[in-house]
Amino acid sequence: MDALALARVQFAANITFHILFPTITMGLAWLLVYFKTKQDRTGQTHWGDAYRFWVKVFALTFALGVVSGITMSFQFGTNWPGFMETVGNVAGPLLGYEVLTAFFLEATFLGVMLFGRKRVSNRVHTLATWMVAIGTSLSAFWILALNSWMQTPAGFEMRDGQAFVLSWVDVIFNPSMPYRVVHMMLATGLTAAFVVAGISAFRQLRGDKTDANRVALRVSIWLAAILIPLQIVAGDLHGLNTFEHQPAKVAAMEAVWEDQEGAPLLLFAWPDEEKRENRYEIAIPKGASFILTHDPNGLVPGLNSFEGEHPRVAPVFFGFRIMVGVGMLMLLVAWTSTWVMRKGRNAPSWLARVLVGMTFSGWVATVAGWYVSEIGRQPWLVQGVLKTAEAVGPVPAGAIAASLTTYLVLYAVLLVAYVSVVFHLAAQAAAGNIPRERTRLDNPMQPVGA
Amino acid sequence: MDFWLPVVFAGLMALAMLIYVVLDGYDLGVGVLLNGGNDNEKDMMIASIGPFWDANETWLVLGVGILLIAFPMAHGVILSSLYLPVAAMLIGLTLRGVAFDFRVKAREPHKPLWNGAFFGGSLLASLAQGFMLGHYISGFEQSYAAYGFSALIGISLVSGYTLLGATWLIMKSEHELQEKAVRWARNALWLTALGIAAVSIATPLVSTRVFDKWFSFPQFLLLSQIPAVTVALVLACHFRLRKLATAIDDKAWVPFALAVSIFLLAFAGLAYSLFPYLIIDEVTIWDAASATNSLLFVLWGVIITLPAILGYTVFAYRVFWGKTRELSYD
Repeated sequence: MDALALARVQFAANITFHILFPTITMGLAWLLVYFKTKQDRTGQTHWGDAYRFWVKVFALTFALGVVSGITMSFQFGTNWPGFMETVGNVAGPLLGYEVLTAFFLEATFLGVMLFGRKRVSNRVHTLATWMVAIGTSLSAFWILALNSWMQTPAGFEMRDGQAFVLSWVDVIFNPSMPYRVVHMMLATGLTAAFVVAGISAFRQLRGDKTDANRVALRVSIWLAAILIPLQIVAGDLHGLNTFEHQPAKVAAMEAVWEDQEGAPLLLFAWPDEEKRENRYEIAIPKGASFILTHDPNGLVPGLNSFEGEHPRVAPVFFGFRIMVGVGMLMLLVAWTSTWVMRKGRNAPSWLARVLVGMTFSGWVATVAGWYVSEIGRQPWLVQGVLKTAEAVGPVPAGAIAASLTTYLVLYAVLLVAYVSVVFHLAAQAAAGNIPRERTRLDNPMQPVGA
Repeated sequence: MDFWLPVVFAGLMALAMLIYVVLDGYDLGVGVLLNGGNDNEKDMMIASIGPFWDANETWLVLGVGILLIAFPMAHGVILSSLYLPVAAMLIGLTLRGVAFDFRVKAREPHKPLWNGAFFGGSLLASLAQGFMLGHYISGFEQSYAAYGFSALIGISLVSGYTLLGATWLIMKSEHELQEKAVRWARNALWLTALGIAAVSIATPLVSTRVFDKWFSFPQFLLLSQIPAVTVALVLACHFRLRKLATAIDDKAWVPFALAVSIFLLAFAGLAYSLFPYLIIDEVTIWDAASATNSLLFVLWGVIITLPAILGYTVFAYRVFWGKTRELSYD
């Protein structure tokens, strides 16, 4: 592989690994606010117990998000200097606001939230929980504003090969930004809901009958059941927005090779990049035209209109189908669960097993969706402004291969460690009382985390 | 405005980097020292930095963020020239960052492994940062001598961070751990001083411009105060530590304050040498600056948020003030 391909794979690997963790913490932070508020309002201790278990999972997840995020912030410079040199006037301030308004807020209050319960008043501790949740959401807002600007740039002009801002409001509230923020925030809510549901179901299967675990399961199931239809609507609107602003991406999502009136909705196909056609199509006639133009005979511009300026079709096409498929599965599981568990019934063990299987389903949908969005933008880094190949830096392929290999090994190890430790914490919690993590000082015989 | 904005941002970047070096310096230093403690002491050492490390590292993101925001033309050159040490630093920071949590949450038999990752990651990140500094001030020169110099700075920065970490522990701990920390600090002090001396001698040799800035009259008279005071601080730190070896917990915060002051002066000297260059003798802050409009937009954000950030940082340190107790979610 050449340096460009390696740099792209490395960036993709880093950002894929990174997004897993904020996707959980953003949603989980608000669930913690909910648990904490319930505890404060009702005085029922099981809300506090649920908080204390999930705040540990939050701490671990947050740590992984922080360290992989630091890596991201350096990679702009180490691998893609052309990006900042061309659009630094736009991207810099948006990233700056993310650090200033979000990173410090969440990082500083996290310490108080995790370890300060006995050191500050309950009120201040609740406030710290709020601040962490606000911080995580603010950081999503700024980074998504920047990402959306790269998809649908607005509010700037090019002078001597550099972007200059004309209106910050137009830059921040660019055409795809509201859709992307809503779509992503709902995705984090769903991801966190399925993590909480899956882990709570796992604890139940291990014999955990505590109220703390029951309420966590119930809340997460309801949250998922409410969010998933909202997400389907938001996703549809986001798709229409993409159709308007980035038709080449949509043509790749639907594998429409030639301009077509009454384009079919492909349930399955094997896009052949060489021959520029699909094989093994299973399709709903006129479906794509109907969804995209609200007219069964509407025109969908094909990839032929964008030759040389459109992404590879297969990853975008399949990424989209995986995302939608997992979304449908989430709908089925969430609604079935609320029905089976209606009026305070417990989850039967078959349902608990299904939920355990769905624990990290949000990851699959989120990553697949981001692949559609990011690969779908290629060959552009900033749509219509800067091509990815123009932004890559002078670092030789060998150096990138070395760093990439190390990152991949490290990420694989950390991912396995993360998933197994989360289940380990759940098993430990189920095995008895809610685990109390402590650094052993007084009693060296007491197992840590027990 | 076109003159002052880049100066303001260079100042802000220097401030963020200085705060980073001091704050993450002490927690990286504690990581490097971790293996010196027994099991209980290890928990205690990590408990002393647990509530802070995450926010401490955020200053690095801010520092490199300002480089990226305000000086995009230098950002790419600097970071791609430092490609491998940056990658090594990131891997180190990743390992230690996650080890914080994994070591207390993973299965008990895995704990030593994560302790090892915490130590190894802290060491790797500190070494890489020192190496980066060395490579940077030698103008990214690619020769054995330059690499040797960078390696020396790497080792000295590790000892500098160790000094910060050990003096932090003197302040935050009691009894045996504190006694150990005094010994660690005494060993680290001299290597730190050697590193500062090496940088001070090397920078004027690399650049005649830096040489002239320091060694022309009359400013030399004023500037010579910086090394003089640094030497005085090192000696004061030495005597204070010797005193602490017998008079336990007597003004235990003083060595940390002295160590921070040493870093402050070394940093000031370096900043004076470099200014106004971002890449020695090649790219100035004005060459590399972003558009005025963009800098102003960020400046408003800084003016509004920085006091708040400093305010709640102080708040967080006050919450965990005094001798370290066990960390608990309860």
